[in-house]
Amino acid sequence: MTAMTDIPTIEQLQRVAGEVCDPELPPLTLADLGILRSVEIDDQGVVVVQLTPTYSGCPAVAWIEDEVRRALNSAGCTKIRIDRVFSPAWTTDWITAEGRAKMTSAGIAPPRMLTPSIDADAQPGAANGESGATSGPIAVTIGRRVRTAVPCPRCGSTDTSEISLFGSTACKALHRCSACSEPFDHFKEI
Amino acid sequence: MTRDQLPLLTYLLRLGDDNLILAQRLGELIASMPELEEDIAVANVALDHLGQARNFYAYAGEIDPEGRSEDDFAMLRSEREFFNAVLVEQPNGDFAATMIRQLLVDAYQVPLYQALSASNDERLAGIAAKALKEARYHLEHSSGWVITLGDGTDESHRRTQAALDTLWIFSADLFAADQVEDALTATGVAADPARVRAVFDTTVTEVAAAARLTMPTDPYQRLGGRTGYHTTHLGHLLPELQWLHRAHPGATW
Repeated sequence: MTAMTDIPTIEQLQRVAGEVCDPELPPLTLADLGILRSVEIDDQGVVVVQLTPTYSGCPAVAWIEDEVRRALNSAGCTKIRIDRVFSPAWTTDWITAEGRAKMTSAGIAPPRMLTPSIDADAQPGAANGESGATSGPIAVTIGRRVRTAVPCPRCGSTDTSEISLFGSTACKALHRCSACSEPFDHFKEI
Repeated sequence: MTRDQLPLLTYLLRLGDDNLILAQRLGELIASMPELEEDIAVANVALDHLGQARNFYAYAGEIDPEGRSEDDFAMLRSEREFFNAVLVEQPNGDFAATMIRQLLVDAYQVPLYQALSASNDERLAGIAAKALKEARYHLEHSSGWVITLGDGTDESHRRTQAALDTLWIFSADLFAADQVEDALTATGVAADPARVRAVFDTTVTEVAAAARLTMPTDPYQRLGGRTGYHTTHLGHLLPELQWLHRAHPGATW
């Protein structure tokens, strides 16, 4: 498969792209976050990278795309195309175990798994076979939800409470720990 | 490019414009909210809406016969060329007004995006599925605050009821469909406005009941945004939004 050793393999390119770090969560890589969908080489020899955004307005997306391009350039690729792919929508369930461990070490409470669902309407319409934009049930929940306490990433206590639904970046909410008295970020489940 | 794609272009601009104009209004509020957490919240919500606008504009640009870019759509159209619902261009008021406007938008966008996430147009479905998660979170925030404020003190109740009464007359414009949308709805591309409206009505009525608010009964509704007929406020918002791009065409960071 690698007759010429200076031509990187798909596996090597996947590793190079996957090792790019998120600018807002520096210990975490694209592979950790599960936002690198695929790396392939098309029949024109173009390296095609599929990335998926975490949030519609994530300001890091353009930076990440530039970094992936730069990393692949350094690996010897000259023809690169980066596609932004939305479907299926990114979910925090795609964050790897290693990514979650890195978050905890950085003082960020990682998201809990949605599958099996902790939130009855978190995956709307996913399994009811609806087709077209004019059919299928629509469920709406109002008011603040009661969430199970997020364990403190510093001391592990579950004596914690939510301060704000929104935090320092689109993907995080703000909590506080009553045991160690520290505030902390929680990576929101979506 | 075929003319068949023009209704979709108009539909995408309506979706994008709602989000862009609301993002601008919310952006005006950053550092003016009643507490630090709400400053952070309003900035986050604005960013989500701006991102959604960009996704709709990017898709619109790909099918636009004139080949316009995201920036062209946002920065180089005039008032009559914007198709947002008149609700989102209304000027900011107090915190109650911000939360009522947001509740009305969120109660609309949740069923809208849920329907669109099953659109026969896969690109549109993908954008909507992403936006749906954000809209649900926004609704939790806005409905939570409306219930807290409406079911709060006499003063917070009075202000929240006043905001609902004032903004309600702009709510029907969200659902004002025309032949453009009817054709897309028939082919399973666009969301059926009547179906979205039914869920919206249930949501707002439930929140109002929990908040001890009275639903407005005045039947008057101000329409026109979807075809470019706006209230006076959009004409004042756009210069603030567009001046830098117009003064320095092609400027980049």
